[in-house]
Amino acid sequence: MGGTSSRPERSRRLRWGALGVLGVCAIGTQVALDGAFTTFAPERAVQWVRSPGATRRLTLGFGTLAADLYWIRAVQYYGSTKLSEAKNKNYDLLYPLLDIATTLDPRFNIAYRMGAILLSEGYPDGPGRPEEAITLLDKGIQESPTRWEYYLDAGFVHYWWRRDPQQAADWFQRAAKLPGAPNWLRPLAASVLAEGGERGAARVLWTQMAETAEHDWLRQTARVRLLQLDAEDTVEQLQEVVNRFYDQAGRFPSGWSDLVRAGQLRGVPLDPSGVAYALDPVSGAVDTAADSPLSPLPRSRTLSGQAR
Amino acid sequence: MSAVLIVARGVFKESIRDRVAYNLVFFAVLLMAASFLLAQLTAGQDVKIIKDLGLAAATAIGVLIAVFIGIGLVAREVERRSIYSLISKPITRSQFILGKYLGLSLTLVANLAVMAVAYYLVLAYLDWVTPDNVKLGWEAPATDPRLLKAFALIGVELMLVTAVALFFSTFSSSFLSAALTLAVYVIGHFGQDLRALGAAGASPALATLGRVLYFVFPNLVPLNVTAEVVHAQPVTLQHMLLATGSVALYIALLLVAAALVFERRDFK
Repeated sequence: MGGTSSRPERSRRLRWGALGVLGVCAIGTQVALDGAFTTFAPERAVQWVRSPGATRRLTLGFGTLAADLYWIRAVQYYGSTKLSEAKNKNYDLLYPLLDIATTLDPRFNIAYRMGAILLSEGYPDGPGRPEEAITLLDKGIQESPTRWEYYLDAGFVHYWWRRDPQQAADWFQRAAKLPGAPNWLRPLAASVLAEGGERGAARVLWTQMAETAEHDWLRQTARVRLLQLDAEDTVEQLQEVVNRFYDQAGRFPSGWSDLVRAGQLRGVPLDPSGVAYALDPVSGAVDTAADSPLSPLPRSRTLSGQAR
Repeated sequence: MSAVLIVARGVFKESIRDRVAYNLVFFAVLLMAASFLLAQLTAGQDVKIIKDLGLAAATAIGVLIAVFIGIGLVAREVERRSIYSLISKPITRSQFILGKYLGLSLTLVANLAVMAVAYYLVLAYLDWVTPDNVKLGWEAPATDPRLLKAFALIGVELMLVTAVALFFSTFSSSFLSAALTLAVYVIGHFGQDLRALGAAGASPALATLGRVLYFVFPNLVPLNVTAEVVHAQPVTLQHMLLATGSVALYIALLLVAAALVFERRDFK
Protein backbone atom coordinates (compact mmCIF):
# COMPACT_ATOMS: atom_id res chain seq x y z
CA MET A 1 0.00 0.00 0.00
CA GLY A 2 3.11 2.15 0.32
CA GLY A 3 1.96 4.31 3.29
CA THR A 4 -1.40 5.20 1.89
CA SER A 5 -4.28 4.25 4.12
CA SER A 6 -7.45 2.67 2.87
CA ARG A 7 -10.64 4.64 2.62
CA PRO A 8 -12.41 3.01 5.64
CA GLU A 9 -9.25 3.59 7.67
CA ARG A 10 -9.21 7.29 6.73
CA SER A 11 -12.88 7.56 7.56
CA ARG A 12 -12.29 5.98 10.96
CA ARG A 13 -9.44 8.40 11.69
CA LEU A 14 -11.59 11.29 10.58
CA ARG A 15 -14.30 10.27 13.01
CA TRP A 16 -11.80 10.00 15.88
CA GLY A 17 -10.42 13.41 14.93
CA ALA A 18 -13.90 14.89 14.84
CA LEU A 19 -14.61 13.36 18.24
CA GLY A 20 -11.50 15.00 19.72
CA VAL A 21 -12.17 18.40 18.12
CA LEU A 22 -15.82 18.39 19.21
CA GLY A 23 -14.83 17.37 22.75
CA VAL A 24 -12.28 20.20 23.01
CA CYS A 25 -14.78 22.71 21.56
CA ALA A 26 -17.52 21.59 23.96
CA ILE A 27 -15.23 22.03 26.97
CA GLY A 28 -14.03 25.35 25.53
CA THR A 29 -17.56 26.72 25.25
CA GLN A 30 -18.25 25.52 28.78
CA VAL A 31 -15.24 27.46 30.07
CA ALA A 32 -16.36 30.52 28.09
CA LEU A 33 -19.86 30.22 29.52
CA ASP A 34 -18.52 29.98 33.05
CA GLY A 35 -16.68 33.25 32.54
CA ALA A 36 -19.55 35.10 30.89
CA PHE A 37 -22.60 33.80 32.68
CA THR A 38 -23.36 33.56 36.37
CA THR A 39 -26.48 31.83 37.52
CA PHE A 40 -28.91 33.91 39.50
CA ALA A 41 -28.81 33.17 43.19
CA PRO A 42 -31.43 34.85 45.38
CA GLU A 43 -30.01 36.89 48.21
CA ARG A 44 -31.83 34.72 50.68
CA ALA A 45 -32.30 30.99 50.36
CA VAL A 46 -35.82 29.87 49.61
CA GLN A 47 -37.56 26.87 51.06
CA TRP A 48 -40.26 25.75 48.67
CA VAL A 49 -42.09 23.33 50.91
CA ARG A 50 -42.43 24.66 54.43
CA SER A 51 -44.98 22.25 55.80
CA PRO A 52 -43.37 19.27 57.57
CA GLY A 53 -46.56 17.21 57.13
CA ALA A 54 -46.69 17.85 53.38
CA THR A 55 -43.02 17.00 53.04
CA ARG A 56 -43.57 13.73 54.89
CA ARG A 57 -46.34 12.76 52.47
CA LEU A 58 -44.34 13.72 49.40
CA THR A 59 -41.41 11.51 50.38
CA LEU A 60 -43.47 8.29 50.10
CA GLY A 61 -41.41 5.60 51.82
CA PHE A 62 -38.17 7.55 51.77
CA GLY A 63 -38.83 9.74 54.79
CA THR A 64 -35.69 8.90 56.72
CA LEU A 65 -33.45 9.60 53.73
CA ALA A 66 -35.28 12.88 53.12
CA ALA A 67 -34.72 13.70 56.80
CA ASP A 68 -30.99 13.14 56.28
CA LEU A 69 -31.04 15.48 53.29
CA TYR A 70 -32.87 18.16 55.29
CA TRP A 71 -30.37 17.71 58.12
CA ILE A 72 -27.43 18.11 55.72
CA ARG A 73 -29.14 21.14 54.26
CA ALA A 74 -29.64 22.63 57.75
CA VAL A 75 -25.96 22.14 58.59
CA GLN A 76 -24.85 23.61 55.27
CA TYR A 77 -27.27 26.51 55.65
CA TYR A 78 -26.00 27.28 59.14
CA GLY A 79 -22.37 27.04 58.05
CA SER A 80 -22.74 29.17 54.93
CA THR A 81 -24.78 31.81 56.78
CA LYS A 82 -22.25 31.92 59.60
CA LEU A 83 -19.40 32.40 57.14
CA SER A 84 -21.34 34.95 55.11
CA GLU A 85 -20.14 38.53 55.39
CA ALA A 86 -23.53 40.01 54.51
CA LYS A 87 -24.51 42.73 56.95
CA ASN A 88 -28.15 41.76 57.32
CA LYS A 89 -27.68 38.01 57.30
CA ASN A 90 -30.21 35.96 59.15
CA TYR A 91 -30.85 32.32 59.94
CA ASP A 92 -34.60 32.33 59.22
CA LEU A 93 -34.62 28.93 57.51
CA LEU A 94 -32.71 27.06 60.19
CA TYR A 95 -35.65 26.19 62.40
CA PRO A 96 -37.99 25.20 59.50
CA LEU A 97 -35.27 22.91 58.10
CA LEU A 98 -34.73 21.26 61.48
CA ASP A 99 -38.48 21.02 62.01
CA ILE A 100 -38.92 19.17 58.72
CA ALA A 101 -35.93 16.90 59.36
CA THR A 102 -37.33 15.88 62.75
CA THR A 103 -40.86 15.42 61.38
CA LEU A 104 -39.58 13.12 58.64
CA ASP A 105 -37.54 11.16 61.14
CA PRO A 106 -38.97 11.79 64.62
CA ARG A 107 -36.10 9.91 66.29
CA PHE A 108 -33.37 11.94 64.61
CA ASN A 109 -31.35 12.39 67.77
CA ILE A 110 -28.60 14.67 66.54
CA ALA A 111 -31.03 16.94 64.70
CA TYR A 112 -32.65 17.74 68.05
CA ARG A 113 -29.48 17.99 70.11
CA MET A 114 -27.12 19.73 67.74
CA GLY A 115 -30.01 21.66 66.17
CA ALA A 116 -30.75 23.15 69.60
CA ILE A 117 -27.14 24.24 69.96
CA LEU A 118 -27.12 25.83 66.50
CA LEU A 119 -30.41 27.64 67.15
CA SER A 120 -29.20 28.99 70.50
CA GLU A 121 -25.84 30.25 69.29
CA GLY A 122 -25.79 34.06 69.66
CA TYR A 123 -25.93 36.37 66.64
CA PRO A 124 -23.92 36.71 64.35
CA ASP A 125 -22.47 33.21 64.88
CA GLY A 126 -25.98 31.83 65.05
CA PRO A 127 -29.60 32.96 65.07
CA GLY A 128 -29.65 33.55 68.84
CA ARG A 129 -33.06 31.93 69.24
CA PRO A 130 -33.04 29.82 72.40
CA GLU A 131 -36.86 29.74 72.37
CA GLU A 132 -36.79 27.82 69.10
CA ALA A 133 -34.16 25.50 70.55
CA ILE A 134 -36.48 24.72 73.46
CA THR A 135 -39.38 24.14 71.04
CA LEU A 136 -37.26 21.70 69.05
CA LEU A 137 -36.18 19.84 72.19
CA ASP A 138 -39.80 19.75 73.39
CA LYS A 139 -40.66 18.06 70.12
CA GLY A 140 -37.94 15.48 70.73
CA ILE A 141 -39.26 14.89 74.26
CA GLN A 142 -42.77 14.31 72.90
CA GLU A 143 -41.32 11.59 70.68
CA SER A 144 -38.89 10.09 73.23
CA PRO A 145 -40.07 11.10 76.71
CA THR A 146 -37.41 9.07 78.52
CA ARG A 147 -34.42 10.47 76.68
CA TRP A 148 -32.66 12.38 79.46
CA GLU A 149 -30.25 14.07 77.04
CA TYR A 150 -33.03 16.30 75.68
CA TYR A 151 -33.90 17.50 79.21
CA LEU A 152 -30.23 18.17 79.88
CA ASP A 153 -29.96 20.17 76.64
CA ALA A 154 -33.10 22.15 77.47
CA GLY A 155 -31.66 22.95 80.90
CA PHE A 156 -28.42 23.94 79.29
CA VAL A 157 -30.18 26.35 76.90
CA HIS A 158 -32.03 27.92 79.83
CA TYR A 159 -28.85 28.20 81.86
CA TRP A 160 -26.39 29.38 79.25
CA TRP A 161 -28.46 31.33 76.75
CA ARG A 162 -31.58 32.43 78.60
CA ARG A 163 -29.78 33.10 81.88
CA ASP A 164 -32.55 31.41 83.84
CA PRO A 165 -30.97 29.20 86.53
CA GLN A 166 -34.35 28.35 88.08
CA GLN A 167 -35.69 26.86 84.84
CA ALA A 168 -32.34 25.23 84.12
CA ALA A 169 -32.26 23.51 87.51
CA ASP A 170 -35.84 22.34 86.97
CA TRP A 171 -34.87 20.69 83.64
CA PHE A 172 -31.74 19.13 85.16
CA GLN A 173 -33.82 17.68 87.98
CA ARG A 174 -36.32 16.23 85.51
CA ALA A 175 -33.42 14.72 83.54
CA ALA A 176 -31.95 13.22 86.71
CA LYS A 177 -35.17 11.28 87.38
CA LEU A 178 -35.08 9.46 84.04
CA PRO A 179 -33.70 5.95 83.61
CA GLY A 180 -30.04 5.85 82.66
CA ALA A 181 -29.40 9.47 83.62
CA PRO A 182 -25.87 10.09 84.93
CA ASN A 183 -25.46 10.74 88.64
CA TRP A 184 -23.89 14.18 88.19
CA LEU A 185 -27.21 15.70 87.10
CA ARG A 186 -28.63 16.12 90.61
CA PRO A 187 -25.55 17.94 91.98
CA LEU A 188 -25.55 20.01 88.81
CA ALA A 189 -29.11 21.15 89.44
CA ALA A 190 -28.20 22.07 93.01
CA SER A 191 -25.08 23.86 91.82
CA VAL A 192 -27.01 25.90 89.27
CA LEU A 193 -29.51 26.99 91.91
CA ALA A 194 -26.81 27.79 94.46
CA GLU A 195 -24.44 29.63 92.18
CA GLY A 196 -26.96 31.40 89.99
CA GLY A 197 -25.01 33.17 87.33
CA GLU A 198 -21.54 32.02 88.29
CA ARG A 199 -19.36 29.92 86.06
CA GLY A 200 -18.95 26.74 88.08
CA ALA A 201 -22.00 24.94 86.69
CA ALA A 202 -21.20 26.15 83.19
CA ARG A 203 -17.76 24.63 83.50
CA VAL A 204 -19.28 21.31 84.55
CA LEU A 205 -21.68 21.36 81.58
CA TRP A 206 -19.09 22.26 78.97
CA THR A 207 -16.61 19.75 80.40
CA GLN A 208 -19.22 17.00 80.10
CA MET A 209 -19.89 17.99 76.52
CA ALA A 210 -16.19 18.19 75.65
CA GLU A 211 -15.72 14.67 76.98
CA THR A 212 -18.87 12.94 75.79
CA ALA A 213 -20.21 14.71 72.69
CA GLU A 214 -20.42 12.35 69.76
CA HIS A 215 -19.25 14.80 67.15
CA ASP A 216 -15.98 16.66 66.72
CA TRP A 217 -17.71 19.98 66.11
CA LEU A 218 -19.54 19.79 69.45
CA ARG A 219 -16.43 18.74 71.32
CA GLN A 220 -14.46 21.57 69.72
CA THR A 221 -17.20 24.08 70.58
CA ALA A 222 -17.17 22.85 74.17
CA ARG A 223 -13.39 23.23 74.36
CA VAL A 224 -13.63 26.81 73.05
CA ARG A 225 -16.35 27.58 75.62
CA LEU A 226 -14.12 26.25 78.40
CA LEU A 227 -11.29 28.50 77.19
CA GLN A 228 -13.72 31.40 77.14
CA LEU A 229 -14.64 30.68 80.76
CA ASP A 230 -10.92 30.73 81.63
CA ALA A 231 -10.58 34.00 79.73
CA GLU A 232 -13.50 35.49 81.64
CA ASP A 233 -11.82 34.59 84.92
CA THR A 234 -8.64 36.32 83.74
CA VAL A 235 -10.55 39.36 82.45
CA GLU A 236 -12.04 39.79 85.92
CA GLN A 237 -8.61 39.61 87.56
CA LEU A 238 -7.13 42.05 85.03
CA GLN A 239 -10.05 44.40 85.53
CA GLU A 240 -9.26 44.50 89.22
CA VAL A 241 -5.62 45.30 88.45
CA VAL A 242 -6.71 48.13 86.10
CA ASN A 243 -9.10 49.50 88.70
CA ARG A 244 -6.37 49.43 91.33
CA PHE A 245 -4.09 51.39 88.97
CA TYR A 246 -6.89 53.96 88.52
CA ASP A 247 -7.21 54.32 92.29
CA GLN A 248 -3.48 54.94 92.61
CA ALA A 249 -2.77 57.02 89.47
CA GLY A 250 -6.08 58.80 88.99
CA ARG A 251 -6.23 57.68 85.37
CA PHE A 252 -6.60 54.48 83.41
CA PRO A 253 -3.44 52.91 82.00
CA SER A 254 -2.76 53.79 78.38
CA GLY A 255 -1.75 50.18 77.73
CA TRP A 256 -0.45 47.04 79.38
CA SER A 257 3.03 48.56 79.41
CA ASP A 258 1.92 51.07 82.10
CA LEU A 259 0.92 48.19 84.34
CA VAL A 260 4.15 46.31 83.61
CA ARG A 261 6.21 49.42 84.43
CA ALA A 262 4.18 49.88 87.62
CA GLY A 263 5.12 46.34 88.57
CA GLN A 264 1.50 45.16 88.64
CA LEU A 265 1.94 42.77 85.72
CA ARG A 266 4.95 40.73 84.66
CA GLY A 267 4.22 41.08 80.96
CA VAL A 268 1.48 41.62 78.39
CA PRO A 269 -1.32 39.26 79.40
CA LEU A 270 -2.33 36.71 76.75
CA ASP A 271 -5.65 34.92 76.53
CA PRO A 272 -5.75 31.09 76.33
CA SER A 273 -5.54 31.28 72.51
CA GLY A 274 -2.29 33.28 72.73
CA VAL A 275 -3.68 36.69 71.72
CA ALA A 276 -3.11 39.71 73.98
CA TYR A 277 -6.12 40.96 75.93
CA ALA A 278 -7.53 44.33 74.87
CA LEU A 279 -7.45 47.31 77.24
CA ASP A 280 -9.50 50.42 76.47
CA PRO A 281 -7.47 53.40 77.75
CA VAL A 282 -10.57 55.63 77.88
CA SER A 283 -12.99 53.46 79.85
CA GLY A 284 -10.45 51.10 81.37
CA ALA A 285 -12.49 48.10 80.19
CA VAL A 286 -10.63 44.84 79.74
CA ASP A 287 -11.79 42.28 77.18
CA THR A 288 -10.50 39.75 74.72
CA ALA A 289 -9.10 41.33 71.55
CA ALA A 290 -11.43 41.53 68.56
CA ASP A 291 -9.09 39.28 66.56
CA SER A 292 -8.96 36.61 69.25
CA PRO A 293 -10.66 33.31 68.35
CA LEU A 294 -12.28 33.51 71.77
CA SER A 295 -13.95 36.82 71.00
CA PRO A 296 -16.68 37.78 71.74
CA LEU A 297 -16.87 36.35 75.20
CA PRO A 298 -20.29 35.26 76.40
CA ARG A 299 -19.77 38.09 78.93
CA SER A 300 -20.91 35.90 81.69
CA ARG A 301 -23.78 37.18 83.37
CA THR A 302 -22.29 38.55 86.60
CA LEU A 303 -18.96 40.05 85.80
CA SER A 304 -18.09 41.48 89.16
CA GLY A 305 -15.14 43.63 88.19
CA GLN A 306 -16.72 46.12 85.81
CA ALA A 307 -14.68 49.09 84.62
CA ARG A 308 -15.37 52.22 86.59
CA MET B 1 -44.67 -27.51 38.08
CA SER B 2 -41.54 -28.08 36.03
CA ALA B 3 -43.03 -25.88 33.30
CA VAL B 4 -43.31 -23.03 35.79
CA LEU B 5 -39.68 -23.47 36.78
CA ILE B 6 -38.53 -23.54 33.16
CA VAL B 7 -40.26 -20.21 32.49
CA ALA B 8 -38.86 -18.79 35.75
CA ARG B 9 -35.36 -19.86 34.84
CA GLY B 10 -35.77 -18.27 31.42
CA VAL B 11 -36.79 -14.93 32.98
CA PHE B 12 -33.88 -15.06 35.41
CA LYS B 13 -31.37 -15.77 32.63
CA GLU B 14 -32.87 -13.08 30.42
CA SER B 15 -32.61 -10.47 33.14
CA ILE B 16 -28.96 -11.40 33.66
CA ARG B 17 -28.47 -11.12 29.88
CA ASP B 18 -30.15 -7.70 30.00
CA ARG B 19 -27.40 -6.64 32.40
CA VAL B 20 -29.79 -6.00 35.26
CA ALA B 21 -26.88 -6.76 37.57
CA TYR B 22 -25.25 -3.47 36.51
CA ASN B 23 -27.40 -1.81 39.17
CA LEU B 24 -25.35 -3.63 41.78
CA VAL B 25 -22.23 -1.81 40.68
CA PHE B 26 -24.17 1.46 40.81
CA PHE B 27 -25.39 0.61 44.32
CA ALA B 28 -21.93 -0.24 45.61
CA VAL B 29 -20.35 2.88 44.06
CA LEU B 30 -23.15 5.07 45.42
CA LEU B 31 -22.67 3.78 48.94
CA MET B 32 -18.89 4.03 48.88
CA ALA B 33 -18.95 7.53 47.40
CA ALA B 34 -21.57 8.61 49.91
CA SER B 35 -19.58 7.30 52.85
CA PHE B 36 -16.63 9.47 51.86
CA LEU B 37 -18.66 12.54 50.89
CA LEU B 38 -20.96 12.62 53.88
CA ALA B 39 -18.16 13.23 56.33
CA GLN B 40 -17.52 16.49 54.47
CA LEU B 41 -21.14 17.53 54.12
CA THR B 42 -22.78 16.77 57.39
CA ALA B 43 -22.12 16.96 61.10
CA GLY B 44 -22.44 13.62 62.82
CA GLN B 45 -24.67 10.67 62.11
CA ASP B 46 -22.64 9.47 59.11
CA VAL B 47 -23.52 5.88 59.93
CA LYS B 48 -27.23 6.66 60.20
CA ILE B 49 -27.20 8.41 56.85
CA ILE B 50 -25.33 5.53 55.19
CA LYS B 51 -27.88 3.10 56.61
CA ASP B 52 -30.79 5.23 55.39
CA LEU B 53 -29.21 5.79 52.00
CA GLY B 54 -28.45 2.11 51.46
CA LEU B 55 -31.96 0.97 52.33
CA ALA B 56 -33.53 3.74 50.23
CA ALA B 57 -31.29 2.95 47.25
CA ALA B 58 -32.05 -0.78 47.54
CA THR B 59 -35.77 0.03 47.54
CA ALA B 60 -35.61 2.52 44.67
CA ILE B 61 -33.44 0.30 42.47
CA GLY B 62 -35.62 -2.71 43.25
CA VAL B 63 -38.86 -0.86 42.49
CA LEU B 64 -37.49 0.42 39.18
CA ILE B 65 -36.42 -3.10 38.15
CA ALA B 66 -39.72 -4.58 39.31
CA VAL B 67 -41.75 -2.00 37.39
CA PHE B 68 -39.78 -1.74 34.17
CA ILE B 69 -38.98 -5.41 33.79
CA GLY B 70 -42.30 -6.52 35.26
CA ILE B 71 -44.32 -4.63 32.68
CA GLY B 72 -42.32 -6.23 29.87
CA LEU B 73 -42.69 -9.80 31.08
CA VAL B 74 -45.84 -10.41 29.06
CA ALA B 75 -45.91 -7.37 26.79
CA ARG B 76 -42.51 -8.13 25.31
CA GLU B 77 -43.51 -11.68 24.45
CA VAL B 78 -46.56 -10.29 22.66
CA GLU B 79 -44.61 -7.59 20.83
CA ARG B 80 -41.94 -10.06 19.73
CA ARG B 81 -44.68 -12.51 18.77
CA SER B 82 -42.80 -15.18 20.71
CA ILE B 83 -46.02 -15.66 22.66
CA TYR B 84 -47.38 -17.74 19.75
CA SER B 85 -44.68 -20.36 20.06
CA LEU B 86 -44.99 -20.32 23.85
CA ILE B 87 -48.73 -20.95 23.99
CA SER B 88 -48.37 -23.75 21.50
CA LYS B 89 -46.17 -25.60 24.00
CA PRO B 90 -47.51 -27.87 26.75
CA ILE B 91 -47.81 -25.10 29.30
CA THR B 92 -50.93 -23.46 30.59
CA ARG B 93 -51.26 -19.71 30.62
CA SER B 94 -51.48 -19.74 34.42
CA GLN B 95 -48.16 -21.60 34.56
CA PHE B 96 -46.72 -19.05 32.16
CA ILE B 97 -47.80 -16.17 34.39
CA LEU B 98 -46.59 -17.87 37.56
CA GLY B 99 -43.26 -18.76 35.95
CA LYS B 100 -42.73 -15.19 34.79
CA TYR B 101 -43.54 -13.90 38.26
CA LEU B 102 -41.25 -16.33 40.03
CA GLY B 103 -38.41 -15.63 37.61
CA LEU B 104 -38.46 -11.89 38.21
CA SER B 105 -38.98 -12.33 41.94
CA LEU B 106 -35.92 -14.58 42.02
CA THR B 107 -33.92 -11.93 40.13
CA LEU B 108 -35.01 -9.26 42.59
CA VAL B 109 -34.25 -11.38 45.65
CA ALA B 110 -30.80 -12.24 44.27
CA ASN B 111 -30.18 -8.54 43.58
CA LEU B 112 -31.31 -7.60 47.04
CA ALA B 113 -29.07 -10.24 48.61
CA VAL B 114 -26.00 -8.91 46.78
CA MET B 115 -26.94 -5.34 47.71
CA ALA B 116 -27.24 -6.41 51.36
CA VAL B 117 -23.73 -7.87 51.23
CA ALA B 118 -22.33 -4.65 49.68
CA TYR B 119 -24.26 -2.63 52.29
CA TYR B 120 -22.78 -4.56 55.19
CA LEU B 121 -19.27 -4.30 53.72
CA VAL B 122 -19.52 -0.51 53.54
CA LEU B 123 -20.93 -0.37 57.07
CA ALA B 124 -18.15 -2.65 58.33
CA TYR B 125 -15.61 -0.30 56.75
CA LEU B 126 -17.28 2.68 58.42
CA ASP B 127 -17.18 0.83 61.73
CA TRP B 128 -13.49 0.10 61.23
CA VAL B 129 -12.48 3.72 60.51
CA THR B 130 -14.63 5.32 63.22
CA PRO B 131 -12.99 6.13 66.58
CA ASP B 132 -14.41 4.31 69.60
CA ASN B 133 -15.56 7.49 71.36
CA VAL B 134 -17.69 8.42 68.35
CA LYS B 135 -19.21 4.94 68.26
CA LEU B 136 -20.45 5.50 71.81
CA GLY B 137 -22.99 7.93 70.38
CA TRP B 138 -24.39 5.41 67.89
CA GLU B 139 -27.83 4.08 68.63
CA ALA B 140 -26.93 0.67 67.19
CA PRO B 141 -23.77 -1.01 65.90
CA ALA B 142 -22.89 -0.25 62.28
CA THR B 143 -23.35 -3.85 61.17
CA ASP B 144 -26.51 -4.36 63.19
CA PRO B 145 -28.10 -7.66 62.06
CA ARG B 146 -31.55 -6.12 62.63
CA LEU B 147 -31.06 -4.22 59.38
CA LEU B 148 -31.76 -7.51 57.62
CA LYS B 149 -35.37 -7.20 58.72
CA ALA B 150 -35.66 -4.07 56.60
CA PHE B 151 -34.11 -5.89 53.64
CA ALA B 152 -36.55 -8.77 54.11
CA LEU B 153 -39.56 -6.44 54.03
CA ILE B 154 -38.13 -4.55 51.05
CA GLY B 155 -38.03 -7.93 49.30
CA VAL B 156 -41.69 -8.50 50.15
CA GLU B 157 -42.57 -5.05 48.84
CA LEU B 158 -40.70 -5.67 45.59
CA MET B 159 -42.52 -8.97 45.10
CA LEU B 160 -45.80 -7.14 45.47
CA VAL B 161 -44.77 -4.43 42.98
CA THR B 162 -43.75 -7.17 40.54
CA ALA B 163 -47.18 -8.79 40.87
CA VAL B 164 -48.89 -5.43 40.26
CA ALA B 165 -46.74 -4.75 37.18
CA LEU B 166 -47.35 -8.24 35.84
CA PHE B 167 -51.09 -7.91 36.37
CA PHE B 168 -51.30 -4.63 34.46
CA SER B 169 -49.05 -5.92 31.70
CA THR B 170 -51.52 -8.72 30.90
CA PHE B 171 -54.05 -6.28 29.48
CA SER B 172 -52.49 -2.87 28.86
CA SER B 173 -49.59 -1.26 27.04
CA SER B 174 -46.15 -1.02 28.63
CA PHE B 175 -46.43 2.73 29.24
CA LEU B 176 -49.83 2.46 30.87
CA SER B 177 -48.73 -0.55 32.93
CA ALA B 178 -45.73 1.40 34.26
CA ALA B 179 -47.88 4.41 35.11
CA LEU B 180 -50.54 2.30 36.83
CA THR B 181 -47.99 0.30 38.79
CA LEU B 182 -46.25 3.43 40.02
CA ALA B 183 -49.67 4.86 40.92
CA VAL B 184 -50.41 1.78 43.04
CA TYR B 185 -47.00 2.17 44.69
CA VAL B 186 -47.73 5.81 45.53
CA ILE B 187 -51.25 5.05 46.79
CA GLY B 188 -49.79 2.25 48.89
CA HIS B 189 -47.65 4.79 50.70
CA PHE B 190 -50.59 7.11 51.33
CA GLY B 191 -52.52 4.37 53.17
CA GLN B 192 -52.80 6.09 56.54
CA ASP B 193 -53.73 9.40 54.94
CA LEU B 194 -56.45 7.81 52.83
CA ARG B 195 -58.03 6.25 55.88
CA ALA B 196 -57.82 9.50 57.81
CA LEU B 197 -59.44 11.62 55.09
CA GLY B 198 -62.66 11.85 57.12
CA ALA B 199 -60.81 13.10 60.18
CA ALA B 200 -59.03 15.66 58.00
CA GLY B 201 -62.33 17.36 57.22
CA ALA B 202 -63.06 15.84 53.80
CA SER B 203 -66.69 15.45 52.68
CA PRO B 204 -68.40 12.18 53.70
CA ALA B 205 -68.27 10.94 50.09
CA LEU B 206 -64.55 11.64 49.82
CA ALA B 207 -63.91 10.11 53.22
CA THR B 208 -65.74 6.93 52.13
CA LEU B 209 -63.77 6.85 48.89
CA GLY B 210 -60.56 7.20 50.92
CA ARG B 211 -61.53 4.27 53.14
CA VAL B 212 -62.47 2.14 50.13
CA LEU B 213 -59.14 2.89 48.43
CA TYR B 214 -57.35 2.13 51.68
CA PHE B 215 -58.82 -1.37 51.85
CA VAL B 216 -58.65 -2.11 48.11
CA PHE B 217 -55.03 -1.13 47.62
CA PRO B 218 -52.25 -2.82 49.55
CA ASN B 219 -50.87 -0.70 52.38
CA LEU B 220 -47.12 -0.48 51.89
CA VAL B 221 -46.39 1.61 54.97
CA PRO B 222 -45.96 -1.36 57.37
CA LEU B 223 -43.35 -2.78 55.01
CA ASN B 224 -41.12 0.23 55.57
CA VAL B 225 -39.26 -0.34 58.83
CA THR B 226 -36.17 1.69 57.91
CA ALA B 227 -36.66 4.19 60.73
CA GLU B 228 -37.18 1.41 63.26
CA VAL B 229 -34.10 -0.65 62.37
CA VAL B 230 -31.83 2.37 61.91
CA HIS B 231 -32.83 3.71 65.34
CA ALA B 232 -32.60 0.24 66.92
CA GLN B 233 -36.31 0.16 67.67
CA PRO B 234 -37.99 -3.25 67.94
CA VAL B 235 -39.56 -4.80 64.85
CA THR B 236 -41.42 -7.83 66.14
CA LEU B 237 -41.65 -11.17 64.40
CA GLN B 238 -45.42 -10.80 64.66
CA HIS B 239 -45.27 -7.58 62.66
CA MET B 240 -43.01 -9.18 60.05
CA LEU B 241 -45.30 -12.20 59.66
CA LEU B 242 -48.52 -10.19 59.59
CA ALA B 243 -47.20 -7.68 57.04
CA THR B 244 -45.78 -10.48 54.87
CA GLY B 245 -48.98 -12.53 55.16
CA SER B 246 -51.13 -9.57 54.16
CA VAL B 247 -48.95 -8.83 51.15
CA ALA B 248 -48.84 -12.53 50.19
CA LEU B 249 -52.63 -12.49 49.95
CA TYR B 250 -52.54 -9.43 47.68
CA ILE B 251 -49.85 -11.10 45.54
CA ALA B 252 -51.93 -14.28 45.23
CA LEU B 253 -54.98 -12.21 44.34
CA LEU B 254 -53.08 -10.29 41.67
CA LEU B 255 -51.57 -13.44 40.16
CA VAL B 256 -54.95 -15.17 39.99
CA ALA B 257 -56.43 -12.04 38.40
CA ALA B 258 -53.51 -11.83 35.95
CA ALA B 259 -53.97 -15.49 35.01
CA LEU B 260 -57.70 -14.97 34.50
CA VAL B 261 -57.16 -11.96 32.25
CA PHE B 262 -54.39 -13.70 30.34
CA GLU B 263 -56.52 -16.82 29.82
CA ARG B 264 -59.14 -14.68 28.11
CA ARG B 265 -56.74 -12.98 25.73
CA ASP B 266 -57.01 -14.07 22.16
CA PHE B 267 -53.65 -14.43 20.39
CA LYS B 268 -55.03 -16.00 17.19
